[in-house]
Amino acid sequence: MNITDDKVQELEEIAMDVRETIVRMLAEAGSGHLAGPLGMADMMTAFYFHVLEHKPDEPMWDDRDRLILSNGHTVPVRYAVMAHAGYFPIEDIENNLRKLGSPYQGHPERTEIPALETTSGPLGSGLGQAAGIAYGAQMDDRDFHVYCQMSDGEQDAGNIWESAMFAGANQLGNLTGVIDRNNIQINGHTEDVMPLEELVDKYEAFGWHVIEVDGHNIEHFVDACEQAKAIYEDPTLILAHTIPGKGIDEIEFDPGWHGKPPEKGAQEKAFLQELRTLEGKIEASHLD
Amino acid sequence: MIKENQHLHSDIFADEPSVEYTRNGYGRGLVEVGRENEDVVAVCADLAGSTRTHFFKQEFPDRYIEVGVAEQNLATVGSGLAKYGKIPFISSYAAFNPGRNNEQIRTTIALNDVPVKILGAHAGVSVGPDGATHQQLEDIALMRAQPNMKVIVPADFQEAKKTVHVAYKQDGPVYFRVAREKTPEITTEDSPFEFGVANTLWESDSPDVAIIGCGWLVHKALVAAKQLKKHEDIDTLVINNHTIKPMDEQAVIQAGKRAGAVVTVEEHQVSAGMGSAVAEILAQNVPTPQEFIGVHDQFGESGPPMELVEKYGMGVDAIIEAVKRVKNRK
Repeated sequence: MNITDDKVQELEEIAMDVRETIVRMLAEAGSGHLAGPLGMADMMTAFYFHVLEHKPDEPMWDDRDRLILSNGHTVPVRYAVMAHAGYFPIEDIENNLRKLGSPYQGHPERTEIPALETTSGPLGSGLGQAAGIAYGAQMDDRDFHVYCQMSDGEQDAGNIWESAMFAGANQLGNLTGVIDRNNIQINGHTEDVMPLEELVDKYEAFGWHVIEVDGHNIEHFVDACEQAKAIYEDPTLILAHTIPGKGIDEIEFDPGWHGKPPEKGAQEKAFLQELRTLEGKIEASHLD
Repeated sequence: MIKENQHLHSDIFADEPSVEYTRNGYGRGLVEVGRENEDVVAVCADLAGSTRTHFFKQEFPDRYIEVGVAEQNLATVGSGLAKYGKIPFISSYAAFNPGRNNEQIRTTIALNDVPVKILGAHAGVSVGPDGATHQQLEDIALMRAQPNMKVIVPADFQEAKKTVHVAYKQDGPVYFRVAREKTPEITTEDSPFEFGVANTLWESDSPDVAIIGCGWLVHKALVAAKQLKKHEDIDTLVINNHTIKPMDEQAVIQAGKRAGAVVTVEEHQVSAGMGSAVAEILAQNVPTPQEFIGVHDQFGESGPPMELVEKYGMGVDAIIEAVKRVKNRK
């Protein structure tokens, strides 16, 4: 199932709208993480608008693909994409992120929004949960696929490698992990804080099939997901290289933006203006 | 006097009471619920024999899931299985489960509110020669402080078996602990065991002190009660307070009102354990003098199990002394 050029262009446009929603919701919230969500906007859009089998009007449809967000702090991108996909009103999410009494918690909670699949935030715990779902599904010969979106910083956590070992040993072919390889974490660049390389070799040594892609190239990311589904005998890791803060020059590559929201007012407006004039740039990166 | 309606074991006061492993109760109970429901799965961290999960493994090899020595993953894989629709029982030593994976239990099981059943085996100093690293004394505190989590401490083999059935029927997460050693059989198959309902095992018409215990030390409480009556003419109640959370508040309040003095008995740190939960209820409803039998802000050490129980102040004599002390404070 290849993706057409028209479809790719449509998804790129949605991803730009998603970025605008992220900037608005974080400016309104006055706190939260901006860089990671902007960097993951293309992949998350690809998930909800092409890769995942799901029904926004029937969120708990039993045969849906499961997407576990292990790096829970990036949940604004998931809320934004889900809103654009029809799970909840866009204004609702733009106005209520992190507000008292709102279901849009700072980190995702399943009991507030069941379609989030799980509760996450403390890093390193998503892959085990995804592996548990995948194991149960395999026991019952279920057809749905389980995806686990992770950050690169959380690869520091031991729990990740316990889960990677478990998934490899049990040949969970219905599980695909995606690492948002943006090279930043709170204390700086990943290779300075705690070197992660060689990540490909590490996952391969744990029994995974590994695919490297440009996480902003929707066509290539979708292809990688299709390949991952086609590989039955092992779990697959998609190592997706991304630019943290993608779309806003001031934020791109800067670890200082890991946990900061845009300021409401002039800065928010400038960021939104920049995003609106960027479509050509994103399209160019797809075409090359 | 022993209460007839509790159908307790006939050997309770024998010189050498009949003993059995509480963890065998876990293992047998798990097989029983496994037969009842094929969605029940067992997840274990390289301790199938010690935790008696191997009974389940023998009967249902396809529903036994091994994670290796990886207790954080034990919790997260358990969470995922429960989220998918299975009813996972995750087992290891209490020192590691919940000792090591407390955060994973908190976020992915309790806050996530999924029906994972958590076994902490080898709880207490009675683990013996392995020493302090493996003698979990803080698990009740960790687990009872988490919203959504229910906590049960069975007193013997039969109660451990019944605990598995009770935990299986609860919608959300449940934690329960068992001991390593063979311990006296207190109850029988016919004894009542209801989630959240404490059982009065020893009754007096006008009790001087109520002894509220949990786990296998309930046996020592019963022996202390008998000796107190015989040698000191002190009348007591002995209550088996197996459900730590939600605790049987009415039973605790009634005990406080009737006896006017309470001794709590547990193989756990006295801070934040079962006794503390009892004190929270009494302080808010019927302020009552209370003495705490348990470990007082110390780690354990290597040694013979029963000698350790004595050394750390949880033997029959210690209970008797605590009863006399609290009686004088009335």
